[in-house]
Amino acid sequence: MAEITEALKNIIKPENIVSQKSSVLTNQTMHYCPGCSHGVIHKIIAEVINEMEIQEDTIGVAPVGCSVFAYNYIDIDWQEAAHGRAPALGTAINRLNPDKFVFTYQGDGDLAAIGTAETLHAVNRGENMVMVFVNNGIYGMTGGQMAPTTMQGQVTATTPYGRNIDLHGYPLKITEMLAQLPGACYVTRQSVETPAAVRKTKKAIRKAFENTKKKQGTSFVEVVSTCNSGWKMSPEASNNWMRDNMFPFYPIGDIKDGEKVNANDLPNVGK
Amino acid sequence: MAKIKGAVVVDSEECKGCNLCVVACPTQTLSLNRNVNGKGYNFSYMENPDSCIGCSNCSLVCPDSCITVYRVKTA
Repeated sequence: MAEITEALKNIIKPENIVSQKSSVLTNQTMHYCPGCSHGVIHKIIAEVINEMEIQEDTIGVAPVGCSVFAYNYIDIDWQEAAHGRAPALGTAINRLNPDKFVFTYQGDGDLAAIGTAETLHAVNRGENMVMVFVNNGIYGMTGGQMAPTTMQGQVTATTPYGRNIDLHGYPLKITEMLAQLPGACYVTRQSVETPAAVRKTKKAIRKAFENTKKKQGTSFVEVVSTCNSGWKMSPEASNNWMRDNMFPFYPIGDIKDGEKVNANDLPNVGK
Repeated sequence: MAKIKGAVVVDSEECKGCNLCVVACPTQTLSLNRNVNGKGYNFSYMENPDSCIGCSNCSLVCPDSCITVYRVKTA
């Protein structure tokens, strides 16, 4: 081992660093399970904030769910919202501080279930903020119950025989739904299971924050992720399961890329 | 021909042994250690330090940001 250490000593020098922990992340150890996608998404957001040099001007809205402690891990200003109400709180922050970068960080139980009304109307109003939506198909924090985004046939704590569409309804593609709204400028679906996917997601989140700078409307980034504890699989197996089962239903890619609808293009009966 | 050499330093106390970096490594440099850290996880370490090319794939997929990657060009 000694001679290896000697050879490595020449490489391990501060000037040779190509990748290290982002300075926007705090030193606190994340409470997430081993292999959780939340950690990667936190890291991407921290790196984007660092690259754009907006650490002092960014306000995040933390949700309820596993990522409720996001405010402990990214070293920016945060607000904690009631369950599902992050877009409503983000609206208020954005209107009181129009020059700040506002983003919400929500899971599928928060954004697509209890907070559907807030989400839809915030996007419909074209609030100038970024919404990061982490879709892992179940309620991770409370023990892996069925969420609106759970796949057909997926076994969860509350659907032990698999989700049955006749009984439980259809999986909700909320990202496609939000892309129809005139207030959305950028709607995309990404994932973080491979290094290439991480790079693409980083590009998407960077673009979303750039849109906020240009005041173009709501940017919505869905990240299809895993919950290996809730799915009862290893991190590697859950990545493969996601690739095989979720990607055909939740296809990766941009759904809308443009700007919000101009008010002059719509009929105005007051004129 | 210039050769690229890399090295990976894993913060073994922060590592939770999720194995994602081992899967992402294109040169089979990383592996999970047989020993455990203070939390009881088999932490990731460089099993074959000579094969590392410093591509930083491991650090990209690491959920706990506990990997630092170094790279040098040797003549």
